[in-house]
Amino acid sequence: MLAQQIVNAISLGSVYALFALGFTLVFGILGVINLSHGGIFMLGAYAALLLTTWFDLSLWIALPAAMVFSGLVGLLIDVLILKRLRQRGAPHLMPMIATIGAAILMTSLAQGVFGSEARRFPLEWFNDETLKLGTITIPLLQAGITTLALVLMVLMMWVLKRTRLGQALRAIAESPRSAALLGIPVERLFHLTSFIAAALGGTAGILIGLSFNAISPFMGQPMLHKGIAAIILGGLGDVRGAVLGGLFLGITEVFAVTFLSSEYRDALSFGLLFLMLLWRPQGLFGASATRSA
Amino acid sequence: MRLQTLSPIVALLSALLIPAVSHAGDIRIGLTEALTGPASQYGVPIQNGFLLAQDEINAKGGVNGNKIVLIEEDERGKKEEAINVYKKLIFQDKVLMIFGPTLSNSMFAAGPIANSAKVVAFGTSNTASGITDIGPYIFRSSPMEADVVPVTLRTAIKHLNIHKVGIIYGNDDAFTKSGYDVFKKSLEELHIPVVDTETYAKGDVDFKAQLTKLKAADPDAIICPCLSEEGSNILLQSRALGIKQSFIGGNGFNSPKLVEIAKAAAEGTIVGSPWFDGNPSVQNQHFIAAYRKKYGTDPNQFSAQGYDALFIVAEALKKIKLTGQLEQDRQALRDALPHIQIDGATGKFAFRPAPEHAGKPGGYDANQTPFVYIVKNGKFVLLK
Repeated sequence: MLAQQIVNAISLGSVYALFALGFTLVFGILGVINLSHGGIFMLGAYAALLLTTWFDLSLWIALPAAMVFSGLVGLLIDVLILKRLRQRGAPHLMPMIATIGAAILMTSLAQGVFGSEARRFPLEWFNDETLKLGTITIPLLQAGITTLALVLMVLMMWVLKRTRLGQALRAIAESPRSAALLGIPVERLFHLTSFIAAALGGTAGILIGLSFNAISPFMGQPMLHKGIAAIILGGLGDVRGAVLGGLFLGITEVFAVTFLSSEYRDALSFGLLFLMLLWRPQGLFGASATRSA
Repeated sequence: MRLQTLSPIVALLSALLIPAVSHAGDIRIGLTEALTGPASQYGVPIQNGFLLAQDEINAKGGVNGNKIVLIEEDERGKKEEAINVYKKLIFQDKVLMIFGPTLSNSMFAAGPIANSAKVVAFGTSNTASGITDIGPYIFRSSPMEADVVPVTLRTAIKHLNIHKVGIIYGNDDAFTKSGYDVFKKSLEELHIPVVDTETYAKGDVDFKAQLTKLKAADPDAIICPCLSEEGSNILLQSRALGIKQSFIGGNGFNSPKLVEIAKAAAEGTIVGSPWFDGNPSVQNQHFIAAYRKKYGTDPNQFSAQGYDALFIVAEALKKIKLTGQLEQDRQALRDALPHIQIDGATGKFAFRPAPEHAGKPGGYDANQTPFVYIVKNGKFVLLK
């Protein structure tokens, strides 16, 4: 049973990690907690669902198309909301409140168009294929999610550390004004970051929709809470921290169920988060004084 | 001279200002369900059932020549909204009585307003215990879980040879928590031990940690007083983890969605319900056909209960003479309702007075025998 629970823990943690990746990226570069990330996550799942069930596209075409769609939604939010607030030099709370509004708008919109019932991808797909190792079952799709979360983490860390784009992004994270003085196209990179972060959020929505059969207008909200916990735990704005924070949260939750009781699951995992912050207020990987991307 | 030329315009304007008044003989009844928000998956079918019944009753000339007019309000599945809507319907729209709200939680919040204003509040989907303790003006046509669950359990035990069970339920929701309490009590009465109890929170999608624990406890069946969405996910993940036992559900499991989503994973699932789509009675088959024709989708238990509820009230209205004195009419309806019996889409229906609490009279609960069915080859089949 323990071996199975470890597999369960990693697979749950990877789900949180995948969600937290895009979330933390926006914070790291734009310095904004984008609370519409849950909404984008949900729209991504619906986009893939529509493309596959209404337009009969194969998943391999629908997946990238839905990713691009989510990215565009993120870009739209950046252009319509975040950019305006940046230009006015609005205080930090403003974008947070504005993105809550965007999230409510997206949820109501999805509810109006699709109804409030949960929908799912056709079951015939590779959903229930599992790997069996002795008594342990590993759903194939979830093994895929774990791998993807780790690959994306490494890829993003590489881009940020080793490429010119990454250098520019890190410069912006340090100070958008000095970056602009150095000739870095700050606005364009803000747009790019919003696009990539939203595309990642949408991807998380699609994969989670696929593996848990629950696409609903409300799927973003609970995930947002876990996502916030994961990135605070890992250190706000840190890519590595988001993934490890997500994994840590998943592992605590599953172990709370295994060794204690499911009644106390959230009390225990969020209690641990609190203790963690007392010990390291900047999170696992956050540097206390300097912002890191 | 000038005044004279103006007067037709004034008359026209004042005519526009007076709100559209309903016809003299209209019977105005409030209908408040959750039409948006997560609970709308129950509220919308309920409202559909009511509107269908309204059409049918009015097409036949209404009640004693008076048409029934449902004043629809969205209470969004929230307590605060239900309270606001109740106040509006009672004091502003001056309705004769109110149907709804959708969730038990909301009825607990809004019901007392109707009760103290001496207006009938009639729930068609509130199954939690204690709803009718609010007072003598509270009615419901939805059988309590406490009535349905013992019947479901006894039937399941007889068919599946159950000696011990496991339970999984959502502990942060009044509906699933109340379902759990009822199951727990019934299991104690039937002397069936519970080998493991697991919980989850609203919005969870991954139940594998809890299910792995349940599997290790090896029960003969798993009780899941869950809503159908979480329920179908729990079923799918159980089968993926190699759990082969049957599931026994509460009211929330009672939805075609369960089989539609979980497909093969739902096989062997047992549920109890006040409505059975395969019930061959004339009323039920007529209801199903008319509902499909009007809405293009299949009805569910909640729409059947809404549909029947309006006929229950229409039957009571036939027995009384409306005077136009609102308070008097509201009281007359309240006094006529408890004696009404109908044979509707959900079968034979009658009311039963709720037991008195601390000397205070209660309202009226549904007195109905539930159907128990099992999922076989992807279909709900009656278990006897």
